[in-house]
Amino acid sequence: MNCRSEVLEVTVEARQVEEAMLALLHTILLHRSTGKFHYKKEGTYSIGTVGTLDIDCDFIDFTFVRVSSEELDRMIRKAVSEFKEALSNSGSDGIGQISLEFYQKKKSRWPFSDECIPWEVWSIKVNVVNLANEQERQICREKVGEKLGEKVINVVEVINRHEYLPKMPTQSEVDNVFDTSLKDVQPYLYKITYQITDCLGTSVSTTMRRLIKDTLAL
Amino acid sequence: MDSELSPQDKKDLDKFIKFFALKTVQVIVQARLGEKICTRSSSSPTGSDWFNLGIKDIPEVTHEAKKALAGQLPGIGRSMCVEISLKTSEGDSMELETWCLEMNEKCDKDIKVSYTVYNRLSVLLKSLLAITRVTPAYKLSRKQGHDYVILYRIYFGEVQLSGLGEGFQTVRVGVVGTPIGTVTLSCAYRTNLAFMSNRQFERSAPIMGIIVDHFVDPPCSSQRPANMGQPCNYRAPDEEDGGQFAGVQDSQEVCNTSFSTSPPSQCVCTLSPSPSKLSKPLPLDSLQLPLAPGLVTHTVLHTGKEGGVVLVPAQPPQGADTHLTVEHAPNTPGSSFLSGEDDGLSQSGEGRRDDRRSVSPSDPVESLNAFTRKVGAFVNKPNTQMTIASLDLPFAAFAPRGLDTEENDPMVHPPESPPCLSPLQGSLHSEGSEGSGPQDDFVMVDFRPAFSKDDLLPMDLGTFYREFQNPPQLASLSLHISSQSMADDLDSLPEKLAVYEKNIDEFDAFVDMLQ
Repeated sequence: MNCRSEVLEVTVEARQVEEAMLALLHTILLHRSTGKFHYKKEGTYSIGTVGTLDIDCDFIDFTFVRVSSEELDRMIRKAVSEFKEALSNSGSDGIGQISLEFYQKKKSRWPFSDECIPWEVWSIKVNVVNLANEQERQICREKVGEKLGEKVINVVEVINRHEYLPKMPTQSEVDNVFDTSLKDVQPYLYKITYQITDCLGTSVSTTMRRLIKDTLAL
Repeated sequence: MDSELSPQDKKDLDKFIKFFALKTVQVIVQARLGEKICTRSSSSPTGSDWFNLGIKDIPEVTHEAKKALAGQLPGIGRSMCVEISLKTSEGDSMELETWCLEMNEKCDKDIKVSYTVYNRLSVLLKSLLAITRVTPAYKLSRKQGHDYVILYRIYFGEVQLSGLGEGFQTVRVGVVGTPIGTVTLSCAYRTNLAFMSNRQFERSAPIMGIIVDHFVDPPCSSQRPANMGQPCNYRAPDEEDGGQFAGVQDSQEVCNTSFSTSPPSQCVCTLSPSPSKLSKPLPLDSLQLPLAPGLVTHTVLHTGKEGGVVLVPAQPPQGADTHLTVEHAPNTPGSSFLSGEDDGLSQSGEGRRDDRRSVSPSDPVESLNAFTRKVGAFVNKPNTQMTIASLDLPFAAFAPRGLDTEENDPMVHPPESPPCLSPLQGSLHSEGSEGSGPQDDFVMVDFRPAFSKDDLLPMDLGTFYREFQNPPQLASLSLHISSQSMADDLDSLPEKLAVYEKNIDEFDAFVDMLQ
């Protein structure tokens, strides 16, 4: 099975990085999260309810919808702020890329560790620009808002192709497909990684893997 | 070898499509209320949350949607459309977007109804939530209030896009294939925000309103916390009874969907009608009457282009349409405002989209200045002669009499000043401004702004600056003169000393007096 890969590219000011990333990552996760599964006897299950929340951006003329889950929001924010810090430490002309990867776990026999097989990867390339004056910043607010709107439409377009999704798992297999650690929602298993390149195009810090959710924790 | 849909599947599919249509309408209308939406996630299924999404049901909206559907379902050739339009306080309206739920003939016979179709419809609703915040009407709806309101209309049948103007864009939210056809959800939105005049715009069907009144307290409301928002007004032109909707009378069908993890063919899905379970009362579902005409006069301050602060009095127009003609003060630097001018809305619409830097458009400002008195620096004399009565000022009765025409205007032709008692007083009352006379209630100060036409030295600022940029040096400061005076002083010194010695007794007496 091939992993589906989508790339989104945005150009933002330094102070807009965080909100732009949150907007896109949350939009993707909204579509890739379900309610909590409750398994019953006879092999059936029911699904909890996913609430939604409108978030207004402060530095961008944009509002996005995210899943109503503080836990999930905290985890995404943590990853995004690490990315933002790495981006700002790399220098003013930094170009970075943050990736949201959805994967399935495949149990292997001992001594081999479980395999993580990605089935969908979203890569968001970020170009950070510096603006000279307030007028340009005001224009940037609107332009970035429009661009993010276009990216949301792209995301929705890809998702509504209804291409491969992991099969709904049995109770014993649910942790191989979904992240069941959150108490109110259940996103597909995902990990967020990022990569920073400086203006010369070389990798300043080699790919840093930050595993937000990893049961193996090696 | 087409496998016919089982009766249970057909029944389920119809139910899914019906509730999908109702939820679609709820999402769209709620996204245009002008407020942020927030619903909670719940890990235990409540059974009333269709498609496993926390989407509240506003009873009036459900009622309107069911009325439009009239027992039918969206099908091939029968689309359900939600039209969003804008209506200004002066009664002009404009269609902003049309959301269409359509069905086409492309069938997916193999798809599992109560599993795949259900989940895909759920994903489609999530996409709708995201897309409704992206189209241009969202930003407009967040700013609705006294200047304009956002209205919705639900209709069933043929899609009508002619009211969206030229060059409208379409965005497809998504598609879901079913055994009886493919469900498509899309939005066509206007890109040309130039304002259409009222005459060109003809509506055949009534428009229902969502009105959010920010500054007017409903007659019977208590204090509301700031974050709760204002009650949503529902207004149907035919029936302004303002009565509460008791909720949907027919049995609310509850979705009790459970899924099987065994092979998909053994999908268990129970949809049981349960006693009607009304959703919790929302702050949004109370009904209010429209605003009473002629309610409040607002005086709005806005910075005129010329730099002075211009007071713009506004009174609500009399008539059935009860919206206040108030221009809201710009709250972001350089934001443009909606005015009654024809180009006002286009400028504001475009201003928000393209050019936030634009200062208030010159046409409305000039016409406003025609109404004002000369109160600011660098202000031109008004061209038109306006009487106090026609100015429509609040408290016009208290304005000083006999000031209707320019001949009698003391600010243009000041009366004779009383004789000056001191140089200081003379400078204050220059050119004969009136002090507080017996008949006047206030002091009029003759205001001769620098560089205006009436200035003592009539020249413009640039000329003045150029001329006086390099003034000649003061004569007394030149060395030649100062040295001469020093020499004179020294010469006269002995004479002065002689005089002081003569009057030495006087000086001693003075010193004693001080001690």
